[in-house]
Amino acid sequence: MTRATLGWIVLCWVGFALLPWYGFDRSASPTIADYFVSGSAVAHGFRGAWWLLPILVPLGMTLVPVIRPSLRQKGTWLLASGLLGLALIVLQGFSIGLNGWTMDALKVFGEPGPRQAGMGYGAALASAALLIVLCHGLAARGWCRGDAFITSSIGAVVALILVFVFFPVSTILASAFADNSGNFAPSEFISKFMDKSIWGLDCVTSDLRCGVAWNTLFLGLLVAFGTTALGLAFALIATRTEFRYKKLLRVMSVLPIITPPFVIGLALILLFGRSGALSNLLWEWFGVPRSRWIYGLPGVLIAQLLAFTPIAFLVLIGVVQGISPTLEEASQTLRAKSWTTFWTVTLPLMRPGLANAFLLGFVESLADFGNPLVLAGNYEVLSTKIFFAVVGAQQDQGRAAVLSIILLAFTLGAFWMQHAWLGKKVYTTVTGKGDSGIPLPLPRRVALASYFTAIPWAIFTVAVYAIIVVGAFVRSMGRDYTPTFEHFLTAFRVERADWGLYFSGSAWNSFFATVKVAALSAPLTAAIGLLTAYLLTRQRFSGQRSFEFGTLLSFAIPGTVVGVSYILAFNVPPIEITGTGFILVMCFVFRNMPVGVRSGIATLSQIDKSLDEASLTLGARSATTMRRVVLPLLRPAIVASLVYSFVRAMTAVSAVIFLVTAEYNMATTYIVGRVEAGEFGLAIAYSTALIIVMLLAIVAIQLIVGERRLGRRSASAAPSPVAVQAVP
Amino acid sequence: MNTMSSVHSISNAASKKQASSVEFRNVTKRYGNVTAVDSVSFTIEPGQLVTLLGPSGCGKTTTLRMIAGLEMASEGQILISDRDVTNLSAADRDVSMVFQSYALFPHMSVLENVAYGPSVQGVPKKDAYAMAMEKLELIGLKGLEKRAPSELSGGQQQRVAVARALVLEPQVLLFDEPLSNLDAKLRRRVREDIRELQQNLNLTVAYVTHDQEEALAVSDHIIVMSNARIAQTGTPHELYEEPANLFVADFIGDANIITGDLASITGPTAQVRIGGLNLQLPHRGASQGPVKLAARPDAIFLDETVQAGTLAGTVRKTSYLGTQVEYDVESPIGNLFVVQYGRKEAIAPGTPVAISFATQRGVAIIPDA
Repeated sequence: MTRATLGWIVLCWVGFALLPWYGFDRSASPTIADYFVSGSAVAHGFRGAWWLLPILVPLGMTLVPVIRPSLRQKGTWLLASGLLGLALIVLQGFSIGLNGWTMDALKVFGEPGPRQAGMGYGAALASAALLIVLCHGLAARGWCRGDAFITSSIGAVVALILVFVFFPVSTILASAFADNSGNFAPSEFISKFMDKSIWGLDCVTSDLRCGVAWNTLFLGLLVAFGTTALGLAFALIATRTEFRYKKLLRVMSVLPIITPPFVIGLALILLFGRSGALSNLLWEWFGVPRSRWIYGLPGVLIAQLLAFTPIAFLVLIGVVQGISPTLEEASQTLRAKSWTTFWTVTLPLMRPGLANAFLLGFVESLADFGNPLVLAGNYEVLSTKIFFAVVGAQQDQGRAAVLSIILLAFTLGAFWMQHAWLGKKVYTTVTGKGDSGIPLPLPRRVALASYFTAIPWAIFTVAVYAIIVVGAFVRSMGRDYTPTFEHFLTAFRVERADWGLYFSGSAWNSFFATVKVAALSAPLTAAIGLLTAYLLTRQRFSGQRSFEFGTLLSFAIPGTVVGVSYILAFNVPPIEITGTGFILVMCFVFRNMPVGVRSGIATLSQIDKSLDEASLTLGARSATTMRRVVLPLLRPAIVASLVYSFVRAMTAVSAVIFLVTAEYNMATTYIVGRVEAGEFGLAIAYSTALIIVMLLAIVAIQLIVGERRLGRRSASAAPSPVAVQAVP
Repeated sequence: MNTMSSVHSISNAASKKQASSVEFRNVTKRYGNVTAVDSVSFTIEPGQLVTLLGPSGCGKTTTLRMIAGLEMASEGQILISDRDVTNLSAADRDVSMVFQSYALFPHMSVLENVAYGPSVQGVPKKDAYAMAMEKLELIGLKGLEKRAPSELSGGQQQRVAVARALVLEPQVLLFDEPLSNLDAKLRRRVREDIRELQQNLNLTVAYVTHDQEEALAVSDHIIVMSNARIAQTGTPHELYEEPANLFVADFIGDANIITGDLASITGPTAQVRIGGLNLQLPHRGASQGPVKLAARPDAIFLDETVQAGTLAGTVRKTSYLGTQVEYDVESPIGNLFVVQYGRKEAIAPGTPVAISFATQRGVAIIPDA
């Protein structure tokens, strides 16, 4: 028995016998006694919560291998006690709720039955420790080469994914099939699902509106077409022409990543709204009447094109660069004209990349919440419709669940298509052989077309961002261009009071909460993501494929669906965490983890596996190997996932808008609130501040984590090889 | 605490350390439906250098990795120094390995690489560096300890890998094709260095290679593997002179496989007829009737003066290689590959020759064929 196993067994007991088993009521102020012993499961158990007492059996079983260390089947004992303990905790947790029995079948034992609150520190610790004991048992039985660190890591990641991905998703499925009192009602589901407001086709035949599902699909297709075409034009200009401002294209491709999603929509309102800057000019100079045309399909479409074109650009620039120039040269030596070569060789080779960009644009458009919220007006899409079903006057969670399932089906379908269609067609044109050809210069027609689409669009993008900056420093866009710091002062005023600095600005609360949540979730996301990547690339265990699917699933779920599923799943015992900062952190961790996994896998597959093995044979355990060999080599992936998860946590709006509270209000939701209240200047000023904070954070992360030190000699300072005497 | 003191005592008692043995008892390794190693048993005696030899995919590297604990046996028992280590992880076995790619940590200097083993065992940094310096000196790399691995030549990198494996003075040292990344000239010197080091330090070494010449040169014992099983074990001499089966005869050195007829057995020797010739050979358990023989290229003699009653053949091809001349000879018992040393004039192609065999060595009956 190792000391680690013993430690976890002790922690099981601590969680059960010392710490408070139930979470505290937020209104009550707990005394110190509540933290120890008196609130523990043992105390509750003997004071009437009889359902907690059976857990003593598996806890007792953990002691068997401690008392008799010579026992041969100690692995089996640990395994059995962990399994039984977790099963009992889950069973009691899900069958006894806040208002008695949770299932009708149990009501034969008397109504309403016993009640209990959500799990607290004790229950969480006991469950975690029992899980690890179970994994240690598996390791002792020879799983994963007997490596307890590996089995525990797998166990922990699987448990987290089950709790924070599969449990909420299955809850949303269950509530879609239930009526408002929670009973199973498939007919209700069908009537909600077939509703005319979802699938109606009235807009084809009359002036009435179409169903929200068709609206969403139509917008998604338009955005996908537009971003792919624009992205291709930019990619061709960046790689195949002598365009002078290529660097600017690169900068533009980074901007949307650090821009909160609704900011572009906001800038469009400031430009084209009824009192927008451009609308004003048009009215004053040409007498074009002010109108509300920007609110609706055109506005959302333009905003999403602006927001997602850079993503298509990033995908396509890799594809265009990957096309081997030799193939084009081969075509030219066979006497094809440059136009024919482009049409018959270059473009077909780009087909998978184009399809990829198209599907990404489609999925991004479906998942986008910020822009439709600000701009959609009467043009309803699924993501906003879900939001209003939950928070609006209707308060219909079942309807939200049905809409969520439709949206989820759309995105999963798009991902599935991408996988099924593109997975098999690999147009590998980058080979290991030296490839010294010169890329074909673009045919005139293609070059001109690219310039004519890309350059106006680039100017438009620059204008939009200029509006964002200018808007923050003038009194009111479109009406009063007096330069002012007023918006910044309202948001970020700091006063000197007797007891020190006083942050009196209206934005400080949400700003500090956002930074806190982002700073907490970024390292957690990176840690879990990279650990998962390590498990997927370096270990072999059964069920690895479904493990991988589970980790990537959360990426395909639109944020709105995540938000709804979290409030449905975590609003009631046993896991009652809505309204806390914890749920925000977990939400970000599991939404952003797939990027950590992806970059971790990419980096790890470039690192020779025998490095890990060399470390193992030198007596380092997996945890030490991880710390001293794998992590230092993973620095680029660490930076990537830290930056991504930090930035996403600061800019996300779709999922968190369901989860924020007065205490934990996030910057983005605060800004959305300002927009809805019409305080555009404040919103824009706050957004500018956020963008600057994110830029600073990215630089800071780069500096802290540092570069990977590989000791490659640089060409200039190559030391002459020192003559070494032969082995004696 | 325990590991620390043991590491110290090991380093102090370097020369006195007892070498240990490795034993496999019916070890099988399966990956799904594929059996990589099929019920293999062998013993590596203390202080010996044993080579696992075989073509790629025969299971030799898997066997080595099972000694290291990097793969776990599906069945059977593995013992090191008579202690059952079957279920111990790599970190818990007193075994070090030199990897084919050397696996030097690119983010550490040479010294940090070599000191890695003791330092992860909890030895204070200063002592770990002292131990590492000692080994670097032994291996002849003193003065390069501040370099990064990428600033060393291939041969130097290989020696760093050896020093790193030696620093914990392991019970067993494993080599996975250590010479495959070196050029031909360097290969010969490094393999001699390894052999010398093993004998001076009295180490138990398991060594994987697919190069039969390398195996013959360095080993006390060779385990020839084929299709996940052991084809034959023995000293280099035994394998070359007395191959147990067709695979070994063909794989170790060059061999002409000839069909003969075993006429009679008297005591340990048998009377074998090949073509028109009669040979006296050890019978090696073969019974009367047709047998297969392995004849080494240098155990076949060619004579340009053809006499009646001998085996006649014709030279088809001649290759002059300096120290030796190689011939392709057409004969009634099949095409023969013949090597002759110390000949001044090569026999021209098309010349008729008389063929005879050496009787003391180089020709053997293959029992399992």
